[in-house]
Amino acid sequence: MVQFSRTRLDASFAALSDATRRGVLEQLGRADASITDLAEKFHMTLTGMKKHVGVLEQAGLVTTEKVGRVRTCKLGQRRLEEEVAWIERYRQLWASRFDELDKVVEELKRKEKVDGRKN
Amino acid sequence: MDARIESEPNPLKNLTTAERKSERELLVTRTFNAPARIVFDAWTKPELLLRWWAPKSFGVSFLSCELDVRVGGKYRFVFAHPASEQPMAFFGRYLEVTPHSRLVWTNEEGGDGGAVTTVTFAEKDGKTLLVMHDLYPSKEALDDAIASGSTGGTWETFEQLDVLLVDLGASVGRS
Repeated sequence: MVQFSRTRLDASFAALSDATRRGVLEQLGRADASITDLAEKFHMTLTGMKKHVGVLEQAGLVTTEKVGRVRTCKLGQRRLEEEVAWIERYRQLWASRFDELDKVVEELKRKEKVDGRKN
Repeated sequence: MDARIESEPNPLKNLTTAERKSERELLVTRTFNAPARIVFDAWTKPELLLRWWAPKSFGVSFLSCELDVRVGGKYRFVFAHPASEQPMAFFGRYLEVTPHSRLVWTNEEGGDGGAVTTVTFAEKDGKTLLVMHDLYPSKEALDDAIASGSTGGTWETFEQLDVLLVDLGASVGRS
């Protein structure tokens, strides 16, 4: 079972609550685009589009990359998948350690009981 | 809906959860069926810590495990792996030490991008809820850690990573 963190999920839902931003995602699903392209397509100012892209970027739904003077936007799904996979590996790392730690803890508990009886 | 990543249900083992709490934070939680003083001991006595920090399945072994558990004290773990000529070292300093309830340390092996780790031990009804919190200096530092692929575990630079990725691929495929 692999799920997004709640913070990330909340940011995603907030980002998707706006029709323009959903349109931008749909557009980027077809092809990467610059902020200027997107602003034109959605009949918006550059500043307005930058704000929408910023919200999508915060939610990890879009990534942007500036090459020269052009900022290109693309879907961020791949990065999200990598993050989810990494967090799952991180969880597995600690779950393995904690399973071993359980054994140490059980032994210390038994020892404490035996010592307690002696005293 | 529970938004955390949790392990498979197993009545014998307590769940370990992990999540990215914010742009700069990771959170891991686990309950232990023992009082906090016992769990705390296992984190602060080198002879106990080296028994669980690097499980056999990681394929690495401790060369040394030094802990000076007091404010300003240093720790240093050094591991060996049969496939690597160079040992790997993990080190830092303790910033806070509150017996049986709280440990804070730095992670300095990665340079400036290292997280500050806070572990709290909260006892209730004879059980201890452990919360481990990693705070990175910036969003970029945590993004970089994730992008590097390394979780700070020691096995994954080696061939066992492949096995793990196959397992993960299979479990993602099922869900």
